[in-house]
Order: sequence, then structure tokens, then C-alpha cells
Amino acid sequence: MNERFAPTDKILEENGYDSSKLIPILQQVQDVYHFLPEDIMRHIADKLNISPAKVFGVATFFAHFAITPKGKHIIKVCNGTACHVKGSAGIITAVKEKLKLTDTKVTTDDGLFTLECVSCLGACGLAPVMVIDETVHGQVTPDQAKKFIDEIIAAEKQNA
Amino acid sequence: MPNKSIEQIANDYKEAYKNVTGRVTICGGTGCMAGGSMKVYDAFQAELEKRKIGYCLNITKGCHENYISISGCRGFCAAGPLVSVNDIFYTHVKPEDVPEIVEKTILKGEVVDRLLYVDPSSKAHYKTTAEIPFYSKQERILLHDCGRINPEDINEYIAHGGYAQAKRAYTEMTDEQICKEMIESGLRGRGGGGFPTGKKWDFTRVEPGPKKYVICNADEGDPGAFMDRSVMEGNPNAVIEGMMIAARAIGADEGYVYVRMEYPLAVKRMRTAIKQAEELGILGENIFGSGKNFKINVMEGAGAFVCGEETALIASVEGKRGMPKVKPPFPSQSGLFGKPTVINNVETLATVAKIFEMGAKEFRKIGPENSPGTKTFAVTGHVANTGLVEVPMGTTLRQVIDEVAGGTTTSDGKVDKNAFKAAQIGGPSGGCLTKDHLDVPLDFDSLKGVGAMIGSGGLVVMNENTCMVNVARFFLEFTKRESCGKCVPCREGTDQMLTLLTDIVEGRGTMKTLETLEELAKAVQKSSLCALGKTAPNPVLSTLKHFREEYLAHVVEKRCPAGVCKALASYAIAADKCKGCGMCKRACPVGAIDGAVGKPHKIDPKKCIKCGSCKRTCKFGAVTVGA
Repeated sequence: MNERFAPTDKILEENGYDSSKLIPILQQVQDVYHFLPEDIMRHIADKLNISPAKVFGVATFFAHFAITPKGKHIIKVCNGTACHVKGSAGIITAVKEKLKLTDTKVTTDDGLFTLECVSCLGACGLAPVMVIDETVHGQVTPDQAKKFIDEIIAAEKQNA
Repeated sequence: MPNKSIEQIANDYKEAYKNVTGRVTICGGTGCMAGGSMKVYDAFQAELEKRKIGYCLNITKGCHENYISISGCRGFCAAGPLVSVNDIFYTHVKPEDVPEIVEKTILKGEVVDRLLYVDPSSKAHYKTTAEIPFYSKQERILLHDCGRINPEDINEYIAHGGYAQAKRAYTEMTDEQICKEMIESGLRGRGGGGFPTGKKWDFTRVEPGPKKYVICNADEGDPGAFMDRSVMEGNPNAVIEGMMIAARAIGADEGYVYVRMEYPLAVKRMRTAIKQAEELGILGENIFGSGKNFKINVMEGAGAFVCGEETALIASVEGKRGMPKVKPPFPSQSGLFGKPTVINNVETLATVAKIFEMGAKEFRKIGPENSPGTKTFAVTGHVANTGLVEVPMGTTLRQVIDEVAGGTTTSDGKVDKNAFKAAQIGGPSGGCLTKDHLDVPLDFDSLKGVGAMIGSGGLVVMNENTCMVNVARFFLEFTKRESCGKCVPCREGTDQMLTLLTDIVEGRGTMKTLETLEELAKAVQKSSLCALGKTAPNPVLSTLKHFREEYLAHVVEKRCPAGVCKALASYAIAADKCKGCGMCKRACPVGAIDGAVGKPHKIDPKKCIKCGSCKRTCKFGAVTVGA
């Protein structure tokens, strides 16, 4: 058995090779690999006896699935209505400037950060909201956003 | 069969609770947790430990003195983290405050005045939630237990009368009686459509079995809405009980809760509650000795707004791309895996047990004739008290904003009732309400009459510094991104509408642009396949209707009256207000500001990049934008 496919095979088995569970399967696989590599998706299609196009179709339909590798730290800036009217656009611009990212280039060259603009995290009471990895920051200003990034960069340097 | 009856569980819990002398409840909703409430939870344990004061984290036999528990979202997110000690209610609590709370409140029963909620306008201090206008002006039926009980302990839910209605439905009522009770209650679906729930159940009931499904739609995708999240986090068992009654009514033995993956805490709490219910034999086989079975699966959505549409959600549960289908057939005839399916929103299901508890007739007395019951709203944006509120249907917008939410705020956060400009209701599918609509009752039919909809309950309040064209463009950007691409009017129409709106906010719009936009909006509304496309033009059409002069200002005069649209903005310094402090000069990244100390400064429009730094920096409000 191919070592690389071992975690995927385990997930497939746990889900009883049931093609109606494709979405939970892809979610669990993404948790392992942090994105959905093409060879893994082909392998899943093979094992579930469905076409690779179907797997690929589902993977590209939903926002949660990534088919390219993501950065080590995920920065999510909420651009839901409440955050938008409270100025989340300024935070997005600040993060983009700071990390030299654009609308199409969302991961930094050093693979340290990925910026995601998300629609509503449901923490509207704290708008504008920004989530770095698992930590939720409320009522963020553009300057604070830059500071959070600096802190991570400093911590990374220390650990390096 | 359960080992213990629910009556026994309730009695055991109440018996064990008798020894509790004080209860500390720390809000464990997403908002408060982001503010650090779990650190406060830990600090209470550490402090009581240090002082050798007895406490417990679970109500079991032998628990005495203080019971420390979390609760679900209490709705008052703006003042979090929230902590209550018995009925004393503290806001903005930090771990450093804990020793003082223990010393004064827990040991001596005194109040720590500085942690009480202070009304921003009257400066009054309030000791209990019952006194705070934010709560006292609400009518909390659905949210009654949210924030009171521990959402991770099913026993407390049972002790508060939980699952008694499910038991009644399984052991004393026929499927027909259940549907009849629901029809009589007049409950209309809280997800936005407003279809009578009882009728939906009855349609599914009469379809041939044996396999049927109940789906709880918890794919709350509207930006600015978090009612369903709060209910699942605060009282997950109420959702399960509603699903059980629905299952009994239609003859289903399997259910799904489809939760969006952006809500990890709601997923966790739902899973915990289901597991506990299974362990007690409430869910599973031979429920309450009725011979009926019911099991619930939790599925996490993978991030697609269109999956809030029922047929798209069903496709997604089946492992397909979440694209909607043409109706009919309706899910009640051919739903999940082609079987008859009832699909209800979280809030709808969580209301079911309450209806059975109070009786359909009593429930009908709340709110107007055609929209009975209460409705939760997520009130956000420019208001003093952002958070979750529950009011009877038919309450006016003015009451919700001014009385419950504490009034509209200006850009510097001060309450000013005149600052209100508009409220967006129903998210990207809804419409905007203006000053003229402040006294319109919030219910399904009245809102439809003014071209808006109640939607799922997102209510974003906007002050006069909001540009309505920009807001319309913002929603279109969202619907364009979330359009699944199946039907042409929605896929291409939203894209073209967005292009036209972008032209307007960037100063390229003409009268022809407005004309085309309006025509296109109406075409998309008429010809799209599902509700996403049909309602996508609503924000455009309603802002065009109510704020046409603002569109005209952008198109004809090339200015943005609210000063939001960057490409149209022109910054200037008012000489009479400028003190010549030089703050703006230092803040300007391109050196466009010049002036001597103590003398009014000036902005060079040729150098200005319209970033707004000067306006944010000025303490005297001397920087003006726009006309």
C-alpha cells in the first residue's frame, strides 16, 4: 500500500466507502493534508467508484476546500455586512499591503500566511472581526491587524 | 429503553441542585469567548481553589456551595464577556476582576458596582438583566433558556421541562394531531420563506413511507445574521426536541443537522447534546417505549451560501455540488435521496417544543394574526447594543433600534437617534428600510408590503455616514461570488449588475447605467431558478427606490454624499475648525498636507490619494469629505 494514501484510505474506510459522504470525506482528508492534492482526489474517486470530475467538481464548488497549498497561518478577515459597515475593507487593505498580497495572490512567498476574506463569522457583535488561526480578534483597527502579523513574524523568527 | 425516565432525571437534578448555594454563569457564546470568557472561567476556579471555597463544575450528587457553569450566547455581545453571579449581572469581565467578584459578591453578597452595565445615555447602573432595557424590552420565549442553562448538560434542560413535549408527542399524540396543533399555532418558517410549518409537515406526513427524513437547516449564510448559531450554542437540546417532534409527525426515523463549518462551537454543542440524548435513550430506538426510532446525524457544510436553499442543501448532503433544483417536486414529495423530507430552519424547530408547552392557542396570542410568535433578530452595525434580540412579531423597527438596541450610533460611537439612515433587513436577499419605515411592524406581510422581507433575521443598522450605493454593491459582490452558476440569469446577471455598480461608485456611471441596472435587476428577479437569484437584485432595487438621489449624486455630480466611495471623494480642511496641530500632516503618507503650526492646513488635491488617514487622525473634525 502506498504510504502517502494511508491516511486517506483510513478515512474512506471509516466512512464506509459511501460516495454520498464525499463532502465529509474531503473535509477529513483536507484536515490531514491542509489542502486537496490532485493525486489524492483521483485516489478517492477510484476508491468510491465515481469519476475524478465529480470529486473535483465538489472540491471546487465549496469555499472551504483548497486545491492549492495554504500558508502556515491563516488570516481570515470577516467581510460580512456588519463588519463591512464597520470598516473591514480597511483591514483587508492593511493586511494586503503588509504582506504584499493581492486579490489573486493570497499566500505569501515564504508560505507563512494565507489571507482569506470570509463572509460572516457570526461574531457580528464584535465587528470588525479578524481570525488568525483559531484566535478571534474583535473590533480590530488596521494598525492592530498589522501589529498581530508583526507578532507572529517575530515569534516565527524566534523559533527558527 | 432509557434506564431512567425523564421525570426521574429532572427530579434527581433538582435534588442535587438543592445543595448549590451560589451559581456563577459565564457566557460561552462565540462573542464572549472571543473576548476571553474562558479565561474568566478558569480564573473563577483558581480563585475559589485558592480560598478553599467549595465549588463544582457539574451538578452531581454531593455538589455543594458554588456551581460554575458556562452558558450559551446571552445576546448582549457588545458588553461581553458576561458573567452572572446568581442574578447579579456583570459586563466586560476580565480575569483580573475575578478576585474582587469572589471577595465581594460570592462571599458577602455585595455588588461590584464598576462591573455593572451602565446605560450610555442615562448613566444608570443596572444590577440584574431584568432591569436592563436591552433585556426588559424583549420577549424572550425561544431564547429564554439560552444564557441561563448549561448547554453542555442535557440534565439541566430536562430539569427545566425539556423533552416532556417530545415524550407527549411520541406516547400520547397521533401524527395527525401533532400536525393539526402546528397548523393551529400558525407558526411560519423562520428561515426567511415564511411558509406555514404545520402545512409543510402535513404535506410530508401524507406521502407514502416508510423512509422519510427531517433536516434542520443550520446553514445560516446571511452575512450579519447569527440567530441560529446562538440557539445551537445556547440551547441545542431545544433543536433536537423540535426535530424529534417533526420526525414523529411525518414518520421519519432519520434526521440531519446541516451546520455551516464557520460555526465550530455550534457543531460541537449539537454533537454533545445528541450524544447525551442517545446515552439517556431519548434518541435512538424505541423512543419513550413508543416503538419508534429516530437518529440524528450532524453534517458540516463546506462553505456555500446557496446551500441555505433547501434543494441545494439536500444535494450537498447527498455528496454532490450544492446546486438547487427546479421545484416541484418539493422536498415534501421527493427530498433527500428521493424520499419525502421536511426541512426546517433552526429557529423554527427550536420553537416547536415551546408551542406544545404553551398550547397553539396561547402561542397565537403573541404577535399579529398572520405572523404569530416571536422573532429573533441579530441587530448589528451602527447601534449601541449590538447583539441578539427576541421580540414579538409586529414590533416596530423604531422599538427594536431605539428601545432594545439602545439607539443608532454616529461614527465616533455616540448615540444619536437622528443618525439613523437605513436598516438592511434580510441580508443580501432583503431590502433596506428608511426613516419612513421606522414605524412599520416587523412581520412577514407588512414588510412584503414595503418591498423588504423579514428574511432570517439579520438587521444591520446604518448611520448617515453609510453610502447606500456602496452597500448595494457590497451585497451584489456577495451574491455574485455565491451564485452557483447553474442558471444564466443569476450567474451572468449578478456579474453584470456588479460591473454597473462598480462603474457608478468609481465615477464612470451615466444615466444610461442606471437605466440598464434597473432593467437588468428586474430581469434577474423574474427569471432566476432559485431564491438566491430571485432575491439578489432586492438590495439594488430597494436602494434605487429609496435612495435614488444618492445614485444621481454619484452619476450626475460625480460625488458620494456619504464620502465613502474613494474614487469620488475629495478631502478638504475646514479653516475655521483646524487648529494647526499638524497631526494630519504627519499622518499623510504622501505629504499632500501643508501648513504652519497654529495656522489652518491645506490639502493638495493633486497629491492626495484619498486614503482618509487625515480624517481619522483629526481630533477636531476639521477634515471634510465629499461635496
